[in-house]
Amino acid sequence: MSDTILGDRGAAAATTTPMVLAEGVSKSFGSNEVLKSISLSVNQGEVLCIVGPSGSGKSTFLRCINHLERVDAGRLSVDGQLVGYRQHGDKLYELKPKEASKQRREIGMVFQRFNLFPHMTALENVMEAPIRVKGIPRSQAAVRAQELLARVGLGNKADHYPAHLSGGQQQRVAIARALAMDPKLMLFDEPTSALDPELVGEVLDVMKELAASGMTMIVVTHEMGFAREVADELVFMDGGVVVESGDPREVLANPQHQRTQAFLSKVL
Amino acid sequence: MTLGNQDRPATGSPSPAGTPTSEPIKAIKLRHPWRIAIAAVLILLLIWFLIDASQREAYGWPNVGKYIFDRRISAAALVTLQLTVYSMIIGVVLGLILAVMRLSPNPVVKSVAWLYLWIFRGTPVYVQLVFWGLFSLIYPKIFLGVPWTDWGVNFDLGFMQNAFIIAIIGLALNEAAYMAEIVRAGLLSVDAGQEEAATALGMSWGQTMTRIVIPQSMRVIIPPTGNEVISMLKTTSLVAAIPLTTDLYGVARDISATTFTPIPLLIVASIWYLLFTSILMVGQYFLEKRFSRGVSARRPDRGEPALVTGALPAAGAPGGNDLGGKG
Repeated sequence: MSDTILGDRGAAAATTTPMVLAEGVSKSFGSNEVLKSISLSVNQGEVLCIVGPSGSGKSTFLRCINHLERVDAGRLSVDGQLVGYRQHGDKLYELKPKEASKQRREIGMVFQRFNLFPHMTALENVMEAPIRVKGIPRSQAAVRAQELLARVGLGNKADHYPAHLSGGQQQRVAIARALAMDPKLMLFDEPTSALDPELVGEVLDVMKELAASGMTMIVVTHEMGFAREVADELVFMDGGVVVESGDPREVLANPQHQRTQAFLSKVL
Repeated sequence: MTLGNQDRPATGSPSPAGTPTSEPIKAIKLRHPWRIAIAAVLILLLIWFLIDASQREAYGWPNVGKYIFDRRISAAALVTLQLTVYSMIIGVVLGLILAVMRLSPNPVVKSVAWLYLWIFRGTPVYVQLVFWGLFSLIYPKIFLGVPWTDWGVNFDLGFMQNAFIIAIIGLALNEAAYMAEIVRAGLLSVDAGQEEAATALGMSWGQTMTRIVIPQSMRVIIPPTGNEVISMLKTTSLVAAIPLTTDLYGVARDISATTFTPIPLLIVASIWYLLFTSILMVGQYFLEKRFSRGVSARRPDRGEPALVTGALPAAGAPGGNDLGGKG
């Protein structure tokens, strides 16, 4: 564990399994090495913000966590379970699609471009996965979906199609959709980058509320204010490696590494 | 009218809130004299043609009137409709399977689909129909079992002597190859982010396809499929190659062979074909409307929905909705 960059979050956290544990995670697309031996851990209830220039591998790392991308080297586990593989002795076996999707349903993901299903209303978007994947009865799923929409402040927009919602509203529906599967971990891939500036706040407010409720979150973001306010840890990535990490207030105020300083001087 | 005198000019000076808004523009509309002139010429030409045609004996208008509602003709029209519907249904289902096969990560499945498309798109449908007509000569029956023994099952292929069934099979197999390409284009038009979002929610590949991808691809698939239905309706006239002569064109030809009035019967057949294609075009319009649900307020088409052969609607283009896309 000498590689693990993030410090312990007190004695209690140190004894439990981290929610996300990455050890030497690497990933290449062809000859392009996108992730170079990433090691970090996120404990239950923590919020980790990942910042860095585009192309630094932040999104790829996030996608590896719920196995949308395959990890080439290293170990990545969520809640003690290896992502995408099963271990028997020394050998790793690829998971069947069914087993992989079982892992994914425990992990909520929110995308930069929302990726709401445009042919379904907001309510249907939220209901779809619980009905199809968990087999929850339609009426029950509708009640729960309505509650979740209310939680993200869109209780009155249930019958709207995504095309008739603003970007911020769409992203909040997307968050409700991910929460409907009762995930133990939420991944946010630049959730506010595709939004008009005046709509960013409403999405961040929902995320803050979520963090306050104790959800474990990994957020790839350019919102330094959010990172400073909400994150327990901040990781700065560049060129596929973790350049610097630590308490967000310290890293943002007093970056140690030259590349972090250069990046922050441009975005702050 | 004295512009600018009655009040301050609308631009420039910021008028305080509550003052009446500026006067609506009353401009003289741009005129298009050439459009009107050309339209007038075309209408005159059409009238001239109609008057001339009505007086020409060769058209045999009395015979058109006599045969248009002939019992034999309407029965044949029904056969043409049946051929269209049955072969189209089989063609669409097979096409869907082939399209999914072509997009499969499995190279074996992919190659099989490619081979099918290569053969059925690479040979004329008329030739295929002649071939299927002769099929029962090549394979009177098929034996599936252990080679060089008599353990196995015999399949009697007697039904391949029924010209109606041959026609449906022949038309459907050819159609499947074209439908496969249409469906594939439709599936590819759905943003990759949709599949990703569904996968991230834990939905299986099958659920993702049937619940998320295929419903969205319908918007792209339906317009060219409408063209295919219309095209199929007309292609059924080729079943003479099998030979099957109970369809609309076949019966019209048979009647004219005994009455020696080919031209009026061609007109009769054309009127029936036109009637059916017109109905299909209306149906297509409403289908497109149904499947553009949730896609802003945009109409699925601009005017003639069915006649834009092979052209995908704007659905595939960005800007239709801003929901897709991995950033």
